[in-house]
Amino acid sequence: MNPVTEERATSRLVRVFVGLVPVVLALLFTTLILVAVGAPPWEAYRSILAGAFESPEKIADVIAACVPLILCGAGMCITFTAGQWNVGVEGQIVLGAICATWVARNLLWPQVPVLTLMLLAGMLGGALWGALAGLLKVYGKVHEIFGGLGLNYLAQGLAIWLIFNPWKPADGATMSGTDPFPDPAWMPQLGHLRVAPLAVILALAAVAAVYFLLQGTRWGLELKALGKGFRSAFTLGVPSTPRLLVAFSACGALAGLAGAARCSARYGRMIPDIAGGQGYLSLLVALLVGYRPQWVVLVAFFFAAVGVGSPRLELNMHLDSSLGGVLRASVVLAVMLVSGWRALAARRQAQQSVQETA
Amino acid sequence: MDTDFLIQTLSSVVAASTPVVLASIGETISEKSGVINLSLDGSIALSAMSGFAVAFTTGSVTVGILAAMGVGAFIALIIAFASITLRQEQVAVGFVLTMLCTELADFLGNPFVRKPGPSVPHASIPYLSDVPIIGPILFDQNLVVYLSLLSFVAAWWWIYKTQPGLKLQGVGERPESAFARGVNVNRLRYIYTVVGGALVGLAGASYSLSIKLGWSHRHTFGIGWIALAVVIFGGWSPWRVALGCYLFGLLKALGSILQRNPAFARVPTQIFSSAPFALMIFALLLVSSEGVDRLLSLLPIRLARRVDRTIRGRSPGGLGKPFVQE
Repeated sequence: MNPVTEERATSRLVRVFVGLVPVVLALLFTTLILVAVGAPPWEAYRSILAGAFESPEKIADVIAACVPLILCGAGMCITFTAGQWNVGVEGQIVLGAICATWVARNLLWPQVPVLTLMLLAGMLGGALWGALAGLLKVYGKVHEIFGGLGLNYLAQGLAIWLIFNPWKPADGATMSGTDPFPDPAWMPQLGHLRVAPLAVILALAAVAAVYFLLQGTRWGLELKALGKGFRSAFTLGVPSTPRLLVAFSACGALAGLAGAARCSARYGRMIPDIAGGQGYLSLLVALLVGYRPQWVVLVAFFFAAVGVGSPRLELNMHLDSSLGGVLRASVVLAVMLVSGWRALAARRQAQQSVQETA
Repeated sequence: MDTDFLIQTLSSVVAASTPVVLASIGETISEKSGVINLSLDGSIALSAMSGFAVAFTTGSVTVGILAAMGVGAFIALIIAFASITLRQEQVAVGFVLTMLCTELADFLGNPFVRKPGPSVPHASIPYLSDVPIIGPILFDQNLVVYLSLLSFVAAWWWIYKTQPGLKLQGVGERPESAFARGVNVNRLRYIYTVVGGALVGLAGASYSLSIKLGWSHRHTFGIGWIALAVVIFGGWSPWRVALGCYLFGLLKALGSILQRNPAFARVPTQIFSSAPFALMIFALLLVSSEGVDRLLSLLPIRLARRVDRTIRGRSPGGLGKPFVQE
């Protein structure tokens, strides 16, 4: 049987069940690890859940933590569609934060213009850093993984240099970042909750925009053709170089926006580890959703909940919070293995039926 | 500059380059067979942690090294299984494993952070270490360093001078032709990926048991990416890959000598810690950019061809693509 028709034949319930298999496998793996280090697994999962959802404050934190993942995950749907491994998102977040910080420190204007300018500056910084990786790829033939990673470390170095030298805080405690921004540069938060509605709205708007761009425009179609291989793009007459550069810059702009939002809404200052691995994490988000931006929000929420919940492990059980990271990465790995396994089974079945008819 | 200082510096460069050499030679072997193991950065972290943890617990450095090699080989086995048998994208699986192993190393390594532990004992080779200049640089080291020296010589000999090595090249370059000649392409790819992974594991062990002793958060910072880039820079040839590693080590040593010099005291340390990655981008630009072609075309054609062959290598034809038996 053709795997496509088989796919259609499976009922919705079965599909939901199959979709959960990787999650179960990943939980099994982390449970094994917990047992191996002699920690009670149930207690650990309960700590993570409680740490993420026990109070409105915690839920607000989870929603706030979604913002960079959604923005960068949506951005990476663009570059993935174009067939590019944009690993440089981490650095693009940093550059966005740097540019936004420059605006916040230098332009002492009222809130609305200063915030608008900060976000725009962040997008510009991220877009330029993203375009740099694209330029290295298109003109320098440097694979985007290495170009992007190299640029990530450079951006990190630049951020630390800025904080330790020209942006040194008055008290000299450079590890905690620059001096706090002047009040107008803080993104307004929802009462006492640590979530900025504006950032959330921008993130959701970004997902909608990316979805529309990829599904509803010729530009998106051309990008898909590029991603499938240069041959089909050539047949469509797609100018590949400008498309790729725009894809890199668009993703960079969203990452830069995430960086600007992080320093304006979350920290109210520039800190050395402003990207905090969010770029790499959103690469996992993008891998998990494939090219479908509509799923980014759901996956980002799951990742954010694990991220906000797992520091509780250190508090309650003296376990390292990186267990959350192990869980997230193993879910993605399990999804790959399970889908590969199903494809293999389908191939074997097809082979068998061919042999039977012959 | 006196000779003693020079010899001492070169000797420390050879020692400090050990993990990069071992990892990039391991990667060269698996990429020669057509499989990209992108998980290097995570593999090195996890094997460095496990090597140290096992050596710390058992008190035996040998057991620690073997455990690290086992970890590296096992991660490579996952990549081989996912990409060869399940036909998932190699780069995707490798990247996810990088993240997974890094986090796992942090989680499992937590009890071992900043603990003093065993290390590979120094062992100078009799007679050889007495040879002037070369002796103290190459043969007055420890066992893991000798293994790194051996690794690229052995890899070169195996790939280019033996019958099985010829098959390895065929499997990576033209899997269809190799298959037509009766070579089991996918089995060989499995084997070389795992062997390469074991070397990556050894690289991890060499880090935590010989170069930067012990374990801490982000202990092996970025070294796997450097090793992956060096494989491209070295054009998939063991000698040139090793040369690339030592060149990189030398530049790094030069950086730290400059950093200690009072004349450079005003230069921010971030420049020195970011420099390797700027160097990485620059090195890759050098070997892959078309701008270099234009520069070369200014030279007389025969010289240009020779320069091109010296500085650049071609990637194996079947690299990164699954082999489907029709």
